This record gives sequence, structure tokens and C-alpha cells, in this order.
Amino acid sequence: MKKAISLLTATAMAATMLAGCGGGAASSSAAPAADSTSTEASSTTGTDAEAPAEEGKVLNIWCWNDEFQSRFNDYYPGVVSVADDKSTTELDNGVTVKWTINPNDNNNYQNKLDEALLKQDSAADDDKIDIFLIEADYALKYVDSDYTLDVKGDIGLTDDDLKDQYQYTKDIVTVDGVQKGTTWQATPGLFAYRRSIAKDVLGTDDPTEVQAALSDWDKFNTVAEQAAAKGYKMLSGYDDSYRTFSNNVSAGWVDGTTVKVDPNIMSWVDQTKTYTDNGYNNKTSLWSDQWAADQGPAGKVFGFFYSTWGINFTLLGNSLATPESEGGKQEVGNGIFGDYAVCQGPQPYYWGGTWICAAAGTDNIPTIKDVMYSLTCDSDIMTQITKDTQDYTNSKSAMDAIAADPTFGSDFLGGQNHIALFAEVAPTIDMSNAGPYDQGCNETFQSCFKDYFDGTVDLDTAKSNFEDQIKVKYPELTSVEWPA
Amino acid sequence: MPNETKTAATTTKASKIHDPMLTLQRAVAYIVLFILCFICLFFFYVLIVNATHNNFTIQQGFDPMPRGSFANNFYNTTHDANVPILTGLRNSLIVSAACAALSVYFSALTAYAIYAYDFKLRKLAFTVILLIMTMPTQVSALGFLNLMDSMKMTNTLWPLILPSIAAPTVFFFMKQYMDSSLPRDIIDAARIDGSGEFHTFNAVILPILKPAMAVQAIFGFVGAWNNYFIPALIINDAKWKTVPILVAQLRSADFLKFDMGKVYMMITIAILPVIIVYLLLSKYIVRGVALGSVKG
Amino acid sequence: MKTKSKGMSYAKWGYIFLAPFFITFFIFQFWPLATTIYYSFFEYFRSGLKIIGPNFVGMKNYAAMIKEVPKYFGNTMIMWLMGFIPQIIVSLVLAAWFTDLRLKLRFQGFFKTVIYMPNLIMASAFAMLFFTLFSNSETGPINSILLKLGIVAEPVRWLTNVWTARGLVGLMNFLMWFGNTTIILMAAIMGVDPGLYEAAQLDGASSTTMFWRITIPLIRPLLVYTLITSLIGGLQMFDVPQVLTNGKGDPNGTTNTIIMYLNQHLYSKNYGTAGAISVLMFLLCAVLCVIIYFTLTQEDDGLTRQQRKAEKARIKAAKAAAKHH
Repeated sequence: MKKAISLLTATAMAATMLAGCGGGAASSSAAPAADSTSTEASSTTGTDAEAPAEEGKVLNIWCWNDEFQSRFNDYYPGVVSVADDKSTTELDNGVTVKWTINPNDNNNYQNKLDEALLKQDSAADDDKIDIFLIEADYALKYVDSDYTLDVKGDIGLTDDDLKDQYQYTKDIVTVDGVQKGTTWQATPGLFAYRRSIAKDVLGTDDPTEVQAALSDWDKFNTVAEQAAAKGYKMLSGYDDSYRTFSNNVSAGWVDGTTVKVDPNIMSWVDQTKTYTDNGYNNKTSLWSDQWAADQGPAGKVFGFFYSTWGINFTLLGNSLATPESEGGKQEVGNGIFGDYAVCQGPQPYYWGGTWICAAAGTDNIPTIKDVMYSLTCDSDIMTQITKDTQDYTNSKSAMDAIAADPTFGSDFLGGQNHIALFAEVAPTIDMSNAGPYDQGCNETFQSCFKDYFDGTVDLDTAKSNFEDQIKVKYPELTSVEWPA
Repeated sequence: MPNETKTAATTTKASKIHDPMLTLQRAVAYIVLFILCFICLFFFYVLIVNATHNNFTIQQGFDPMPRGSFANNFYNTTHDANVPILTGLRNSLIVSAACAALSVYFSALTAYAIYAYDFKLRKLAFTVILLIMTMPTQVSALGFLNLMDSMKMTNTLWPLILPSIAAPTVFFFMKQYMDSSLPRDIIDAARIDGSGEFHTFNAVILPILKPAMAVQAIFGFVGAWNNYFIPALIINDAKWKTVPILVAQLRSADFLKFDMGKVYMMITIAILPVIIVYLLLSKYIVRGVALGSVKG
Repeated sequence: MKTKSKGMSYAKWGYIFLAPFFITFFIFQFWPLATTIYYSFFEYFRSGLKIIGPNFVGMKNYAAMIKEVPKYFGNTMIMWLMGFIPQIIVSLVLAAWFTDLRLKLRFQGFFKTVIYMPNLIMASAFAMLFFTLFSNSETGPINSILLKLGIVAEPVRWLTNVWTARGLVGLMNFLMWFGNTTIILMAAIMGVDPGLYEAAQLDGASSTTMFWRITIPLIRPLLVYTLITSLIGGLQMFDVPQVLTNGKGDPNGTTNTIIMYLNQHLYSKNYGTAGAISVLMFLLCAVLCVIIYFTLTQEDDGLTRQQRKAEKARIKAAKAAAKHH
């Protein structure tokens, strides 16, 4: 049904687009989009100029989880059928989407992607990567390379198509004025708290009042103390508040070949050590089973810092007592569904974000254009995604409309209109400090200082462990500077 | 065996006298054995029980009673494209069976070369094989990875299968077995009958080696089944991943919703086939270990 | 060896039959080892999507790694010993019990089947299992049991504490190998001439004395064999700590083994450094095996080398004589 909504527009659009590409005999520099398909075009010379250029039958998409996959399967209008195990998706233009999913953790996805991209030239057409997804933490590495195509010049999206997207989502993937990727979501961060625990600790679960009690770090710490006194933990793990600090740094991680640790990152170390020693957190690690359990019905944790995908993709699933895979419903009564609410928390931040890139060498430009348009520019589809999944999508007008809609509310968040909160934060996001080394630096830093929080090592050992490990991960980095 | 009757005779003397020390020692032995067996089995019990629980009930803490989520976990685990366990099982089966067959056949062939023929480099060849017997494969992993890359064999199963043609430990076992149980007269007799050398090996020698080959095939199979280091370096493509890679991947299942029921089910699927085969063949396997060691 | 002169005409078959082994060995092991050694003298790594090198840097990689590797060697050895010491003790005791005809233990088949079973378990799956069982949280299976039984007051942070983390690795190695060692040692003990025990018994020796004076010296070759194979296996320790700690070797790098460290460099596509570690590892393996082999065979009943040589010659002569009959 969702698919039907924009199926009509999409087919119409695809038709005009394909026709446009069919005429791709023009000279290369004038029309880069045509250039990429010129090999196909030349092979069909002699046929009717109106006929679409022959497209590769396989669209290879690389990603690190099933978030985009489920968006694609649920909302891309061209989807005809999805394989039982979700490994492939059939499209209405005869193209088969092949999903390659590699876990993100420990640069794994990046390493595998690099390896495949380096072989892109020699790979058979149907094995070439057509689309790959990138994350804010290493976006620059790919957009600042020849492996990604220009979404305007090569793919054919127009400024008009992209005008409704948040500026920062375009800036982070733009190098020398060329935009190399596009995304369906904006990822402002919020603090998701348990209503029942807030009531117990603060006497209220109203988002405005809770926000007032948590609006800066001093107040946040006070509440942490009160929560601890009542037997709750303010946060679950060491890394929970990490992004609120790491997103508010004054410079990027790496300068030349030197890693420069920002003072704000060290503030996170101090805060987390204090929280650990005072028993304000539950000593878990990001993505561990324990951390996930803390978000569930048995959890005793006040709240979690999460951005848009975290709320609908992670927190919601963890909150259910009977998982959806066992027939559980997303409804009040199943676990703690409905017991969360969100507020802005002590400091604005963002977390994550996934961009769609077209890989150089692809033979599926028309489909890629249609995918990018449908899933990141089409405000009808974006509105639908937000209404169905509560994900905060990358369409300013659509989000502002939902934010202002008094009838919109998330059942999961007890009826709260969290889009309104996101809409306030989203325009303030600044990703200018993001760099190609962020994932490795963030993960290594968190993992090295975990030993410090645990009391296994002292601060200096944690620092020197970080120095050693970051050089193993990135042989080109030569030194590490710590704030005075 | 004559040994047993002799010692049995001497021990009857001892057992006639009711020795309290002996009873005590026996009790201690049973208790220790019981504890060890308990430890060995306990982990598997927890594994199986938890595979019947769902994520939420697992998070409640350990509950020794099985629940009804087994089928559900099994379905979810086998229908997850991110951890394609069924293709994993298929790949592991192919690799393990091929490794077992190749290593046994070619090791027997190699051992036969050393055993049956006299040639100039015979001693040298034997020494070289013995020397490399102890060399860990990891030390050449880097070069191996590069080589497979340039031969375009990464993301195929060949790099996991072909090297097993050269299996020094299996060779050594075969050589020892031939020394003890393969009469040279048979070779001469075959030659007199006009049998070609290769035919002699296949038709006359191999049948004699059957017991040794069976034992080594089992170990070869299990070894390949459990191999993780090299496969993890060679295989990136989900459709060629073997079971150990998929299991290890669970450890870094970051964004994947952490479903512990699925995790336990995956481990069960990875472990169970070998356990079943083992329980069916345990007599031969245990005997095989003893056999291999005495000669080794 | 009694080789007939006509055997010489078959010599080519020896080469033909050896060919598959040596061709395979050359392609898949020797050549990779050679290139590994070659790369170890170069700066050669991938920086994101760019490849740096190869630039010849001489011994630079070795100079850097010789400082790093001892730490990981230490970790590896500690965790190996934490598994091996209990393994050899328990296996010796069990083997002695199983073979002790006065004890007449029953259900031997069952016991042997059970204790050998962990040896066949996929190490990575076993480690994943331990990771889930020994979860830090109070709801982890082991912690929840210990809490319920009142053995501990608060959840044990298994993977956070250095010695429990290493202990888990040791425990897993112990569980996976003690059954195997027990069976090997049993075979060895059963191979000892029972006449020796009889004679000792007549002299009034206790079973403990017999164990130390007869069994141990006579099964020494197999003890050495077990030690060497276990040591080489231990040096290659990878699957268990890798999966247990997700490749990090936490806490504080104390469960990071040599091969895990090698893997971390391979993972970063740092061929130069990885090459140097591989070569160091190769040398280490060779040296260790030789040292241990000699130290353990030297103290053979106080015999000097000369005497042992003579003894060997005597046995050889006796054998030859026997064959002639």
C-alpha cells in the first residue's frame, strides 16, 4: 500500500529519466551522466535513440546493517519482491538488488569495502559495487576519493530535488563543491528517558519539566545522584554520553599524521570516571547484550542518549518483552512500550547518519538516480517513513509539517511528538569537524578508556594503550597529542 | 592381550583383601570424574536450554528449565541473511569433506612414496616434511593471503581446500602406520602380478590403510570444520562464509538487534553436527587418538 | 631398511608420488612464507583507499616489533600455562586411574567419551558460548547462578578483570584438551611392560612410588610429545581469545596473543609489520621446540650422551640380530 502511493510518480519519472540516458552519445565532459553509461550506449548503437540504455541486471548494495535495507524494501516504489532471507530484492525494471552486509564494528565494514573498491575496475559488471552506504564517522574518506560519483553531475539529481534536505547532510558529503552522497535521515540527538523512572526520581514525566531538570551537565549530575539514591542508574554504559562530548569538539581527530585528542573528549573521561566510581552507570559497553537489556523491561536505567535511528531502530526493539519475531506487537503492554519519552538533554549533539553513495564504475545509473530520488528527496515518501517508523527524515518541509501537526504522536514515546524536538535540533547540527579517521579513533578511544573506568589501568596506561592501538589501526598516524 | 591377564592375576590378590584405602581412592576418583564430566556437560546444557528461550527470558537471568522458543529461534536464525547459517553449513561441509578426503589420500600417497621407494632425496624429503610438521600456518598467512589475492582465489573455497594436500601430520601418521602394518611383500607380490605402481597403491595398499585413513579422515574433517583464522582472512563474501566465521561475526553484531536466543541457536547449530557425529563414532575416535599418539 | 636392488628402478615413482605434496607445499606454504619474509623488510600498508609502499626499510619493522612482541608472547605463554598445567596434571591422574587395574573404575567408556568431547568443539563457537555464559551482568547465566547460590555477593566482572579473563581462556583450553591428553597418556601407560609393576609390587612398592618411579620415566617421550604439541598449539592461540574479547585482547591488552596481534596488523593491511611479526613467530617456534626437546631428553636417567649413544647402538644391533632370525 505504501508502495502504491508514489509508484505512479516514480514510474513516470523513471521513464523520462531512462529516455534521457538513452541519448547518451554526447561528449563526456559536457554530460558526465551520459559518460558513465556511454559503454552501454555504444553497444546499442544502431538501435532506436529512444530506447533506454541497457542497464546492469544486478544492483550491488553494500551496507553494514539492515536499516537501509528495510527502508528500501518497504518504501522504494520499484520493489516487486523480496527474497525470503532478504539477501536480494527484485525491482520492477528487471534489476535484482543484491545486498552485501558486513558488520561495522572495528572498521570491519570500511576494510571490506576498501578491498572491494580497489578491485572495482577488474570486477565483472555484475560484481561491481553500485551503491554503498557510508557513515558520518568516515564519510570524508570516501567522498574525498574517485570512488564516489557526483550526485548531481553524474547521477542527475538537481538542486531542486535536493533543496528540501538539511544543509549539513549535504555539506558533510561535499568536497570542493561536489556533492557525493545523499541521505534520507537527519540525525539530531536527544535524551530518551524512562517515564516511570523520571516520575519516581523527579516527580514528573513531562518532557518539558524533565528537560528543565537536565538542561546542563551540573543539573544532569544532580539528577544522576538522585536516581542513584533511589536505586537507579542514570546511564547504562561508559560510552552512553560519549557523542555529546565528541560532537562538541573544537577540531577534528587528526591533523596531518598527528592524532589530537580534544579537551572535550577528556571531559567525557572525567565525567564517566566519576559516574562509574559513584555508581551512576551500569558499567556496560555500547552494543553489548547487557546494554541492550538495560533498555528493556528489566532495565533500571534512567535514560539513553540516542539519535533518530536509535529510537526507532534500537530502543524500540529492546523495549519489548515479547519480541516481534515471536509475534509480539509494538503496543503498550508489551514490555515497556510507551514508557519512554525524549528531551533535548544537557547539550545538543548528533549521532551517526547514513549516506547513500553511487560507486564509480556502476552500470545502474538510472536505477541509482531513482533510488536516491525516491528515498531521499521525495517528501511524500519521507513523510510516510516518519509516520510509520518515527525515523526523522531528511525533508525540512515534511518534518516541519509533522512537528506542527498536533495529531502526530509516537505511541512508543507515550504519545509525544518527538519530531518537534528533533526539528528544533536538526538545523543546529554542525559536522564540520568530522574526518576520515573518526570511527577508528572513537572506537579505540572508548575501548582503551574502558579499562580505566573499570579500574584495571590508570589514566596514563589508558593513554599509552590508545597511542599504541591507534597506530596499529592506522599505520600512517605517527603521534598522539593530549590536551595540556 | 597377554599383559592384561598377567596384571589381572596379580591384582586379584590385592582386591581379595578389603582395602579401605582403595575404596577411598576409588571414591575420590569417581567424584573427580563426576565433577569433570559435570563441567564438560554443564556448558552444553546451558547452551541448549538457552536456545529454547527468547531474548527477553534470557535477559531475566539463567533459568534451567527449557522453554518453547526453540522452533522460533531456529526459524529466525535460519532466515537471517546477515548470518546465512545454512549456506555456512553447506560451505563448511564442502570444505571439511574435501579437506578430509584430500589430506588422507595424498598423505597416504606421500607416505607410500617414502615407505616403498628408495631414491636419492628420500631421506631429505622425509626430514623436510618432519621439519615443517611443526610450522604453524599462521606464520605464512600474510603471503598466503597475498598469493590468493593475486590468483583471484579469495572469496572462493579453494584456498581452504587445496592446501590440505600437503598435511605433514597426517603423512606422519600414515608413515607410522605403514611401518607397523604394511608388509613389503605385498608390494612385491603386486609387482609380480604385473600391477602398475599407481594401481598397486590404489587397489592394494589403500584398502590395507583403511583403519588409519578413517581415523585421520575424522580428524581432518573436524579440524577443517573448526578452522577459523585462515577462512576469516580469505572469505568476505557472505555466500562463501563458513560456520566459524559466522559464529565469530556474532561477537561484533553491532547494530543488529541483539537477540540472545538467536545467538545461542547459532552456537548450537555450529556445535551440534560435530557432537552428533562424535557420539556415533566416539569409540573409534577415542581409539584413534590413542593409536595416533603411541606411534607419534 | 632392507631395500632390494631392483627397488632402484622404481625410484621415479617415489618422486611422482611425492610430487603432489611438495608442489602443494611449495605453492601454499613455502612461497607465501618467502613473500612474508620479503615483505617484512618493507614499509607497505594501505592507508584507506591508498596503498603506501612498498619501500625498502631494512630492519625497521623488526626493530619496532622486537619491542612489542615480547609482551604478546608473555600473554600467550601465561594463558597457555593456565590451561596446560592443570591439563597435564589432571590428565596424568586420570590416565593413572583409568589404567589402574586395582581401582577397576567402571563406566570408563562413558567418562572417556564425555571428557574427550570438548576437543571436537569449534573453538570459536566455544568462545562465543563462554562469552555469553560469563557475561559481566548479574543476569548472565554463570553470574545469576553464583548469585542465586550465594557464592558471590555481586556479579563477577569476568571479562573486565585481568585474571578472570585470562582464566577463562585457560579454562577453555584446559577443557578442550585434557580429554585428549588423558587418552594419549593412557595409551602410553598401557604400553609399559606390566612385568615392571609386578616386580615392584613384590618389592613392596606403593602405587604412588610405582607411578613416579616406573610410569613417569617410561612415558617421558610421550610427555615430551604432549608438551611440544601443546606448546606449538599454545603459541598459535587465536580463536578463543579473539572471539572472547572481540579481537581486542581486553582488558588492557592482557589477553592479546601473538597471533591476535599479527591479525590486527593483517586487518589494517600493514604487510611490512605483519611480515616482521610472522618471521619472529616463526623463529620463536623453531627455537622453542628445539630447546624444550633437548632439555627434556637430556636428563634421561642420568645417562650421558655417550652412554645413550652406546645404548642405542646396542638396541639397534639386537634388533638387527632379531630380524636375521
